[in-house]
Amino acid sequence: MSETDVNNNDLHLFEPRIVAFFCNWCTYTAADLAGVSRLRYAPNVRVIRVMCSGRLDPQFVVSALRQGADGVLIGGCHPGDCHYQEGNFKALRRYKLLKRLLRTMGIEEERVRLEWIAASEGDKVQRVMNEMTEQIRALGPLCLTPIPQPDFESLQEEVLTVVREEGGVCHG
Amino acid sequence: MVNIKAAFNWLASCGGCEEAIVDLHEELLNVVEAVDIVYWPCALDFKKEDVERMTDGEIDVSFINGAVRTSDEEETAVLLRRKSKYVIAFGSCAHLGGIPGMGNFISAKEILRNSYLESPSLNQNEMTPQVETRQPEGIVTLPRFCDSVRTLDQTIPVDYYLPGCPPPTRLIKEALRALLGGELPARGSVLAPDIAQCHECPRKVTKPDEFHITEWKRPHEAVIDPERCILAQGFLCLGPVTRCGCDSPCIKANMPCTGCIGPISQIKDYGAKAVAAIASLFDNREEHEIEATLDQIIDPAGTVYRYCLPASQLFQRLPGENKRHNEVCA
Repeated sequence: MSETDVNNNDLHLFEPRIVAFFCNWCTYTAADLAGVSRLRYAPNVRVIRVMCSGRLDPQFVVSALRQGADGVLIGGCHPGDCHYQEGNFKALRRYKLLKRLLRTMGIEEERVRLEWIAASEGDKVQRVMNEMTEQIRALGPLCLTPIPQPDFESLQEEVLTVVREEGGVCHG
Repeated sequence: MVNIKAAFNWLASCGGCEEAIVDLHEELLNVVEAVDIVYWPCALDFKKEDVERMTDGEIDVSFINGAVRTSDEEETAVLLRRKSKYVIAFGSCAHLGGIPGMGNFISAKEILRNSYLESPSLNQNEMTPQVETRQPEGIVTLPRFCDSVRTLDQTIPVDYYLPGCPPPTRLIKEALRALLGGELPARGSVLAPDIAQCHECPRKVTKPDEFHITEWKRPHEAVIDPERCILAQGFLCLGPVTRCGCDSPCIKANMPCTGCIGPISQIKDYGAKAVAAIASLFDNREEHEIEATLDQIIDPAGTVYRYCLPASQLFQRLPGENKRHNEVCA
């Protein structure tokens, strides 16, 4: 959303960007229910539906943070309720290990959160989204250090032209 | 036939990559026959000035090993890029940051403080290295110590990567053959097979279909069965997320894979993918059980980012650091 992008430069107008990965069977349905029930909740969360919280590769979380999310919310079925029997337990183990990794990397605890939300718990979706938005608002933007890029594309082009003209390194 | 001109150079590295070239043994003689080495500060007497005098693109291929930490390393990398048609990032440090890359877990300031002020040895005058020092003879300079460790391709455009710590002899030979024969793959390729380590592991047949690890052990804590899959024995082996091509020297020496050769191309963040793999290998369901099992993995971030911290999506982020936030609030 362009509005939040612009405002992120000013901390007082900062609007957190949260990416949520919700499981198809419970939490996404609960989010639907929250909508149908006309519950009001913070508009800061962008929901991505995955078939199961166990499908969530920790790379998705890291990528979301790199691409500008200030926080990531993961929603799955309550323990024992997983549509695929085991998926949410796998998600929990990954989450616990990922949190340890992120702690070492200086990512604040509140930025990545896992919640079990059943299909009937529309109000919990509302509460968690609001809570997390406020927590991250208090933390401020994530601001990862940009990944360094070599800054001479022009030279690269020049060098490649030489290579092309001479047909590679093999003169023989 | 005109020989191709090659340069070898080291940046922030241990010298193991130079060893790897010497480890070509007799093959090295064939290489020297087909290649004019125009710069190799570790072994030959050509100076940086000699490279500066060359025309742009005069060197056919530069093999650069080591990560980039100081301004001097950056300058050398830029110089060699300018003078070379191809640049090959040689070894884990140039490819992904390598062991020096773990310097990104702490700040540059902290490294300097620890090395020069808190170290119990010699420094009683609290001196830290300065970029410029005025002496009676004039101004003496030292390279600047940069804020973070960078991979080679975060510093200059890189054409190919020879992975490994150090790159395995087999891969070096294959790369040289491809170079000399003009049969190079697409630019940006990692010159190694794009399949997982487990695929060529000598213990592949003993790898179970499902893992049910109950206890994580470290190699010095228990004896590793030399026949069975190391991971199945509860030793953290990063084979499942690591590329193959090294002929598994660590496994053959009865040690788990630590992932020096880096991820296969589909993996965008080695550490995060390793987290996914590790968490799928044990069965705990209760939070406290999971925490107890994970407590057995000492330094998870250092384990999964051992050779690739600068190449991770998170790059560098220090506890308590939120630059923009601190700036705005200051």
